[in-house]
Amino acid sequence: MFIGHFTEQPWQDDKTGLMGTQTTDLSISNALYDPEIGADLYNRYLDEKIYAEEMGFDGLMLNEHHSTPFCMQGVTNIGAAILARQTHKAKIVILGNILPIWDDPLFLAEQLAMIDMISRGRLVSGFVRGGGRESVSHNTPPHYNRERFEEAHDFVIKAWTDPGPFRWEGKHYHYRYVNPWCRPLQKPHPQIWIPSTVSVETVKWTAEHRYPLVLLATKLGPTRDAFQLYKDTAAEVGYESGTQHVAYLWKVHVDETEEKADEVGRKYLSGVSNPFLTGNEGNVNPALLSLPGHTSRTSRKLAASAFGPAGRFGTNRRPYEDQVADYTITSGTPKTVLPKIRHVLETLRPGSIFFWDGDGSMTHDDQMRSLKLMGEEIIPAVREMGKELDLKGPFEASPFDGTPVAPEPVPVKA
Amino acid sequence: MTTASQTWTKEIVELAGTRVEMVSGGTGEPLLMLHDEMGHPGWLRYHEELSQTFTVQIISHPGFGKSDRLDWIDSVRDMATWYMDALDDLNLDKPSLMGFSLGGWLAAEMATMSPERFSRLVLVGAAGIKPPVGEIYDMFLVVAKDYIAAGLSDPSGADEFALICPEEPSEEQLEAWEDAREMACRLSWKPYMHYPNLPHLLRRVKRLPTLILWGRDDKIVPLSAGEVYHQSIGGSQLVVIDGCGHRPEIERPDEFVRHTRTFLTGG
Repeated sequence: MFIGHFTEQPWQDDKTGLMGTQTTDLSISNALYDPEIGADLYNRYLDEKIYAEEMGFDGLMLNEHHSTPFCMQGVTNIGAAILARQTHKAKIVILGNILPIWDDPLFLAEQLAMIDMISRGRLVSGFVRGGGRESVSHNTPPHYNRERFEEAHDFVIKAWTDPGPFRWEGKHYHYRYVNPWCRPLQKPHPQIWIPSTVSVETVKWTAEHRYPLVLLATKLGPTRDAFQLYKDTAAEVGYESGTQHVAYLWKVHVDETEEKADEVGRKYLSGVSNPFLTGNEGNVNPALLSLPGHTSRTSRKLAASAFGPAGRFGTNRRPYEDQVADYTITSGTPKTVLPKIRHVLETLRPGSIFFWDGDGSMTHDDQMRSLKLMGEEIIPAVREMGKELDLKGPFEASPFDGTPVAPEPVPVKA
Repeated sequence: MTTASQTWTKEIVELAGTRVEMVSGGTGEPLLMLHDEMGHPGWLRYHEELSQTFTVQIISHPGFGKSDRLDWIDSVRDMATWYMDALDDLNLDKPSLMGFSLGGWLAAEMATMSPERFSRLVLVGAAGIKPPVGEIYDMFLVVAKDYIAAGLSDPSGADEFALICPEEPSEEQLEAWEDAREMACRLSWKPYMHYPNLPHLLRRVKRLPTLILWGRDDKIVPLSAGEVYHQSIGGSQLVVIDGCGHRPEIERPDEFVRHTRTFLTGG
């Protein structure tokens, strides 16, 4: 069992009037941005990650979004680079770099190789396609989003693994001299994990590459369906997938009393609007949701089933109580939280899980209390559950061939 | 598809190796119209009026309407080259060319390639040039209906607005708009709706009689871009219609037809 910690690193500033209101993505001027507060928040979120490692988390998950207050990490590799030096044991799990928005993915290959070396081989390198806000912010052609994702992926892997120099004359990327003077420490390269909110093409592509698939806070039923699609695809391409190939992220907060857990759990919904936070998704700009050519029609249909008949935003402003009832949010004392985690593990059988905590309007103290209790009571108990249910993570069983992964990474073929 | 009262036909034809949808109507000298970024809007009053004097032909550009998409086309210049090939197949003798918005940009690119191939050129609120004042309205940050509405200075005052932008669009219309937006995206995502070198290329068009028609209140392509077209094409005429937005053919159909017919008939 691999257990990780995640927060979107939301902007928090009561003066802006953005907290707990339903704002529209890409409609908020950064005239509101106060760098004094930014300085505090960046350091706070790094402190929390460092403490999460102390509390025994296996993975410190980072992500990236652009031009939006719900996620302060515009450059996830900066957070990863700092943690590479300041932590010592936990994996640094970037979920992930947004490949299509890189016009020069050689920079990406170099940055990730450096992070892997500085961390002494603790990088997990996730790759994502990004959404409309990312395509608009970095002016990436949405109709080539998937093509650029796949080509940048192929290029980065080759830059990491093939001796240079070589040329690359692709469709979207062109290089006359690829020979980065840095190579990842893990061989043949850091594990690639692929986060998704249920896109058929992504699930299949991920299974074809034997990469672990991380589902991001989707409902349990559709998540199980996506894991089944992964398994079926794996069988089609000729291997049997295991628990090490599937991971799940959902909202879990632990607190000292049930009253406190209830009060703090509601804070998931009272920060700045976040399209991934059911209950405080904000107002939808439908044009941004479906930039031309960004999503295939079949995927649009499956995504609708993952989030309800009207799509992800059909559940807009869903009450906290409903979200607790269907496991979207779990908040309680260790005594009440553990059985719910067990239910998720039994339902989905993931080899890796991520607790999404410290988000919305939760304070540093809220997060630190939860992390402490997780370290003392949740993580040890969940490890036992993992053993009992035989849930192996990708560092126990190789995603490539299922063989045990030694503490020192062993070579697997890409 | 012709009915007793219908003055135009729609058919699927093969041009330049591609199956495309073509609408034709009227008699007289050939007039090829190039539709805008939302696709052919249907046969409207200005088509009907001009078809009294001209043989009007409208091809849904590859990727729009029922026309097949060509994946290799990812710029307006590629599309213009495809069109020159299609014109050879159509066997048109020196047609006049009239383009609207993105279609205006396309017409301008075609004219730079072979100005001698055309009789006259009409550019209506043409995209393609970066306006020195203002910005080209970003169609991809709004939904189709809002974009079409932004093309008129006063949608409520235009009789045909409900035809080009129905209150409750059919499923087929919504699909057609999505296809149009996707193809427009492929043609013009970046740089958005313009080609920086176009003003220089337009020098070649100086011997082709050219009318540049613009609504003074154009919120989609600001008038300043029309002025650059006018300066770049020697001998061109610039006509600006007051109280009118990006689509004079919808908002001021009488004036639109009067100006274009006068110009196209050599008046």
